[in-house]
Amino acid sequence: MEPIISTEKIRYVYSVGTPFQHTAIDGVDFEAYPGEYLGIIGHTGSGKSTFIQHLNGLLKPTTGTVRFGGEDIYKSKEFTRQVRFNVGLVFQYPEYQLFEETVYKDISFGPKNMGLTEKEIDERVRQAAELVGLPDEILAKSPFDLSGGQKRRVAIAGVMAMGPQVLILDEPTAGLDPIGRDEIIANIDSFRKRTNAAVIMVSHSMEEMAVSADRLFVFDKGNIVMRGTPAEVFSQSEKLEEIGLAVPKVTQIAMRLREMGLDLPRDIYTVERMKEVLFAMKKGGEARD
Amino acid sequence: MIKDITMGQYFPGNSIIHRLDPRMKIIMVIIYIAALFTAKSYVSYAVMLGFLITCIAISKIKFKTLLKGMKPLILIVIITGFLNLFLTDGEHVIFQVWRLKLTWEGIRTAAFMVLRLTMLVMGTFLLTYTTSPLALTDGIERLLNPLKKIKVPVHELAMMMSIAIRFIPTLVEETDKIMSAQKARGASFDTGNILQRAKALLPLMVPLFVSAFRRADELAIAMESRCYHGGVGRTRMNVLRLRRLDWITLCTGFAVLGVVITLAVFGL
Repeated sequence: MEPIISTEKIRYVYSVGTPFQHTAIDGVDFEAYPGEYLGIIGHTGSGKSTFIQHLNGLLKPTTGTVRFGGEDIYKSKEFTRQVRFNVGLVFQYPEYQLFEETVYKDISFGPKNMGLTEKEIDERVRQAAELVGLPDEILAKSPFDLSGGQKRRVAIAGVMAMGPQVLILDEPTAGLDPIGRDEIIANIDSFRKRTNAAVIMVSHSMEEMAVSADRLFVFDKGNIVMRGTPAEVFSQSEKLEEIGLAVPKVTQIAMRLREMGLDLPRDIYTVERMKEVLFAMKKGGEARD
Repeated sequence: MIKDITMGQYFPGNSIIHRLDPRMKIIMVIIYIAALFTAKSYVSYAVMLGFLITCIAISKIKFKTLLKGMKPLILIVIITGFLNLFLTDGEHVIFQVWRLKLTWEGIRTAAFMVLRLTMLVMGTFLLTYTTSPLALTDGIERLLNPLKKIKVPVHELAMMMSIAIRFIPTLVEETDKIMSAQKARGASFDTGNILQRAKALLPLMVPLFVSAFRRADELAIAMESRCYHGGVGRTRMNVLRLRRLDWITLCTGFAVLGVVITLAVFGL
């Protein structure tokens, strides 16, 4: 299968030729396939936010190429514009970019810029609203009258309405309560399942990543230092700690228990898996008695 | 992107000029401007130029940086020079096209005007380059203190100024972010005619205003919860004190002004 989006050795230098010049990302290779759920982790300043802005052409790499569907996204102006719509990017705290009088109008901003007909726009807006669980009566309201969680879902719907084949989200759950967080994650997952889009998510929550991501990319000092399935990445806890990141809480508990002499397997990354293992042990113990 | 605004930017440093009391620096700029407008002759211009160059050298600000700051004003300087060049009356006409005369007097006035403008801007830039915005407003507040007697809210004005200055970089960053977010939804800010461009700014301006008001609200609450109640009885962490260096600087300033005035009186 062809990757839907990929980068080859992209490098980006800020403020070239000034005393403030510095390299934000340095030689990143990356690829995403349709329907994949990818996680990007790394702490502040590791270059992950700069990196994702390259995928839809907001930033142009100093050297290296970005390909969408196998073609250089800068091959023509028109193609770059098409890539903007096909690679949806949801920034951090996206609710601060809402501006229209009604929720409906705000969600339709993207589709309108694509030059779709009224009918298509209407269809897309309603579909996107449904995907993020916004009821019909909210569409006529002003986005400024909604709650924080609802505003965020309106903003995400605004990007989903463009029907992107790649959806990138920069910490979409930051600052939300646990219920709001779970809802948004579920919304994103149903969008991916329905459209077979690749989802790339930047997150600080190792727990979220362990549960949902197919593959993980760990950024440090402007490059990808680890990549693979959550199991592959989280099995190298020392290396993660070295760059200031941690394995999921439940993995930390399993490690401590192992140190204390409990015979636990090494692949515990989610609470579900922990539950399974512990119940199996309990049963085994009872049988032995 | 828009972050590269140099005009009125502070360059941290540790030169004598950086360490001067901001009040003294403001007074020096006023003296400098007064002297610059008194100067009429070659000799007095040479004195002023020497003074400015010495100050720049002491401040260790690169001349290139100063020139870069001049960029937005180049047009004004050129126009002024051009007008003076052709619209000055004089006897020594070099050539004349229609009503535009090029005279020796014109060349002289134009050269002086251009030099005066450049020196004016560079001198004032030296103030903002070597003084942090906070120190600057602090200095202005203290200099305007006597106005409190006639009920001018000096402290409040200074506080507003510092807050405004403090939030410029924040708002610039915010503008950048919102622009990127709207571009990601297909907005374009640099195509179309003026009307289309103005309309395209709406998705930028609305969120920017909303967030500016939100920030103002939050800041007001944060200040009130720390018992801010205006300038009455408020003390400072860094109290400005005039030191010997400041007085020496002031004397130098008056000396330069004195020399220029004397030169003007004797018509040199």
